[in-house]
Amino acid sequence: MSADITLAGVRKQFGRKVVLDGVDLTVAAGESMVIIGGSGTGKSVMIKCILGLIRPDAGSIRVDGVETVGLRGKALAAHQSRFGMLFQGGALFDSLPVWRNIAFALAGNAASRRAAAIDNLARVGLGADVADLRPSELSGGMQKRVALARAIAARPEILFFDEPTTGLDPIMADVINDLIRTLVTDLKITALTITHDMASARKIADRVAMLYQGRIVWHGPRGDLDTSGNAFVDQFVHGRADGPIKMPVRTL
Amino acid sequence: MNPVTTIAHALIALGSVVIGLFGAIGRLARFALTVLTRLVRPPYYPAQLAEQMLVIGYFSLPVVGLTALFTGSALAQQIYIGGSRFNASSTVPAVTVIGIVRELGPVLGGLMVAGRVASAMAAEIGTMRVTEQIDALTTLRTDPFRYLIGPRVVAAVLVMPVLVLASNALGVMGGWLLATQRLNFNSAAYLNTTAQYLKWDDVASSMVKAAVFGFFIALMGCYHGYHSSGGAAGVGRATTNAVVSAFILILLSNLIITVIVFGS
Repeated sequence: MSADITLAGVRKQFGRKVVLDGVDLTVAAGESMVIIGGSGTGKSVMIKCILGLIRPDAGSIRVDGVETVGLRGKALAAHQSRFGMLFQGGALFDSLPVWRNIAFALAGNAASRRAAAIDNLARVGLGADVADLRPSELSGGMQKRVALARAIAARPEILFFDEPTTGLDPIMADVINDLIRTLVTDLKITALTITHDMASARKIADRVAMLYQGRIVWHGPRGDLDTSGNAFVDQFVHGRADGPIKMPVRTL
Repeated sequence: MNPVTTIAHALIALGSVVIGLFGAIGRLARFALTVLTRLVRPPYYPAQLAEQMLVIGYFSLPVVGLTALFTGSALAQQIYIGGSRFNASSTVPAVTVIGIVRELGPVLGGLMVAGRVASAMAAEIGTMRVTEQIDALTTLRTDPFRYLIGPRVVAAVLVMPVLVLASNALGVMGGWLLATQRLNFNSAAYLNTTAQYLKWDDVASSMVKAAVFGFFIALMGCYHGYHSSGGAAGVGRATTNAVVSAFILILLSNLIITVIVFGS
């Protein structure tokens, strides 16, 4: 089962800094949407607003047509229970072994939860031998895979991926991209990924949207990325310093 | 500069400080209220509570015990020297037990636990905050207030009276050891006088102080850790702020309880 997400005029500012300046975006049920954009453009803030971790200053966020801005208490908890999230750094709990991390949100006795954790480890290509290790004993790529197993363990309707390939070598990044694509297809999940890794975007996305200065400046199918005709997208996709996107670089 | 402008600037600066202070008190009060209201409703995490009781109570026992032992001995020595000036050196057991149980046991115990535990809580929760582990908890259907903060606060409130009880006993023992081994006090007479001057009210006030100190220690550790930001430097600041604010609250609340209980 999957769910659709609609953002309309979402605004958020911290102090005087406007991070989201009227974001409009629709993610269809079962679709894999990738948001691209440079560092500090508000990508993480946007998904935290959808998750209910940050409350937007204005605008509407609907999941399956139900308004989620302003939810509190049990309603907010029910809303959040529909999501799984892969955090940029994994965000694994250092004090718990791998299997307890994965089974954290699962109900049942220890044996059944451990079995479920090992099943999910297998889904991300890891063996039962890592189940009793601590996160600090794993490589960066393995930590990402464990975090992915944790994100899918409770079979969420919507999965968020925050920079899933950051800090990984190109081969491990491709492994993670393949895993995400496979999981999203197999589990029929609505996926929203934020990244500035174009290889990742091309592999994961059904549709791509670009966030710049707190607004969606372009969105379209993955196949249109190279022929978008949008100067912002062209500059970002080709990684050029020259173009409408100006980096705040101070000369010495 | 125009004197009127100077006064206006001074008033604006003073106002900012006052508003900032009240803002901080308000945020802390709201945090404490959230902790207390979440504590009374399930789910509860007994395994977390047991772990925190072990960390705060059992592992703090050596440092609290040694502090009390040394302080009790030093106190007995000072009372003996001071009392000798007006032929009152026999008051050593009475003044030592009152000083230890009413003030030094709970206060020094509280300060030692604050130094050890509030800093550790702020560092642990702060690291969880900056590495998004607290956000991860929320996305895994777990309330951080119930899972992380509640067990720490309850554990601190429950184990601090036990720690202070041990601290009081060791403090009195420190005084007895020094008095009998160095100052030639009779052991049985010393203990008899100690028991004679130790009142139930003194022990009760000591326990109340300990529970209050435990609450403030855990609250400060969790509050500063929970609101830390800015990576390793932010966690470092949170740790320092947790210890300093816990120290201040312990000393302030000790004064208030002492005035209320013994002032009349």
